[in-house]
Amino acid sequence: MSNVRVLVGTRKGAFVLTADGTRRRWDVTGPHFGGWEVFHVTGSPADPNRIYAAEYADWFGQVIQRSDDGGRTWDAVGNEFAYEGETGTHLWYDGTPHPWEFKRVWHLEPSPRDPDTVYAGVEDAALFRSTDGGKSWREVSGLRRHPTGPQWQPGAGGLCLHTVLLAPNDARRIYTAISAAGAFRSDDAGESWRPVNRGLQSEGFLPTPDAEVGHCVHRLAMHPSRPDVLFMQKHWDVMRSDDAGESWREISGNLPSDFGFPVEVHAHEPDTVYVVPIKSDSEHYPPDGRLRVYRSRTGGDEWEALTEGLPQRDCYVNVLRDAMTVDTLDPCGVYFGTTGGQVYASPDAGDTWTPIVRDLPAVLSVEVQTLP
Amino acid sequence: MIRVVLPEPLSVLARIDREVTIEVEGAATQRAVIDALEAAHPVLRGTIRHHATQRRRAYLRFFACGLDLSHEAPDALLPEEVVAGREPFLVVGAMAGG
Repeated sequence: MSNVRVLVGTRKGAFVLTADGTRRRWDVTGPHFGGWEVFHVTGSPADPNRIYAAEYADWFGQVIQRSDDGGRTWDAVGNEFAYEGETGTHLWYDGTPHPWEFKRVWHLEPSPRDPDTVYAGVEDAALFRSTDGGKSWREVSGLRRHPTGPQWQPGAGGLCLHTVLLAPNDARRIYTAISAAGAFRSDDAGESWRPVNRGLQSEGFLPTPDAEVGHCVHRLAMHPSRPDVLFMQKHWDVMRSDDAGESWREISGNLPSDFGFPVEVHAHEPDTVYVVPIKSDSEHYPPDGRLRVYRSRTGGDEWEALTEGLPQRDCYVNVLRDAMTVDTLDPCGVYFGTTGGQVYASPDAGDTWTPIVRDLPAVLSVEVQTLP
Repeated sequence: MIRVVLPEPLSVLARIDREVTIEVEGAATQRAVIDALEAAHPVLRGTIRHHATQRRRAYLRFFACGLDLSHEAPDALLPEEVVAGREPFLVVGAMAGG
């Protein structure tokens, strides 16, 4: 029987949660890197024993940890993220030019083919790549050098590159998303980039609501069998592209709020999509104090609330952009973590939920590995 | 032989005791001490000083002999008591939080 390993990053360390394929009884280990903010922990699709973790502390800066034994032991690897060449400026909150400064890693995206190759999305927004298992990092600088770069401006969480999608059918195609610059695509392995934001509307946030850049994209998701179909949770609006980001249309439909952070796609049904509506950009908790995952089985527009096992009163947690994931078992398992420290699992594609753990530090990221 | 005391998170990260001893060739300055510390324990690179600027991270302080040396020039000589190993050079995490 297969097993699953859930990798959880929190404000005060990382945790590893394991279960067999029934996903009913869980073992919990951690905290790893106790006291450090762990923005992301994720495994290599090419070697599930290879796991990367991004830990950060305001006192000590960025550390990247690597495990080669499935999270039992860890070694710190390279933590030097140097922007390539003249760094230039982006816009600061007040609209003045501000030099690009590395702060931390938000997201790690291992190659599906090579366990030693991994991408890092960082703040201030840039993409880095390591080809030696995280020992050294080199900027994929074409993105930051895009002519619109000097116009990029941070969102409330900083100018962060938080999403990296590697197209499974084309090793040269990469998508990234930056708050608050928007979505970008490269078709030449990162050498050159262009914004892919046509159809996005940021009414009230941008002087030109359909501007080429400046949109606060919160998350992108893709099903590997249909890599030209993308789903997006934006600051407001849930969006879909059927042409690799060339154009987007809104699919918020009957959601109670189209603000939120994560978006995920079912492992076996490319038109089954999950979001967690949040009340508003100033009220980061579920509408009506009810924690509901919404599932669309039609690729958007029509959504159903999934509530069984989730708190339906007095719940005021948030679910952050990297804190939702799916496994590849059948039925598909869905997982998410909250800022209240709960990690919920559904072994039946969202129909029912149970908390794996209830009292972790605020959860920043959740990933899952399906193991043989 | 210079004694250096690290904040606990850095000793855990480097898998070393809180207090370590290092040899410094030439003038015993902050820069020389941190250089030697990083050479002995490369995992500490970037955690005390920024990689690019080599400036002390904002939330760390350097103390010795009851003095705050954080704002001393990196190439200023350390107190004789530190150079002689009678007093440690302290790397301290600043109080921050509520």
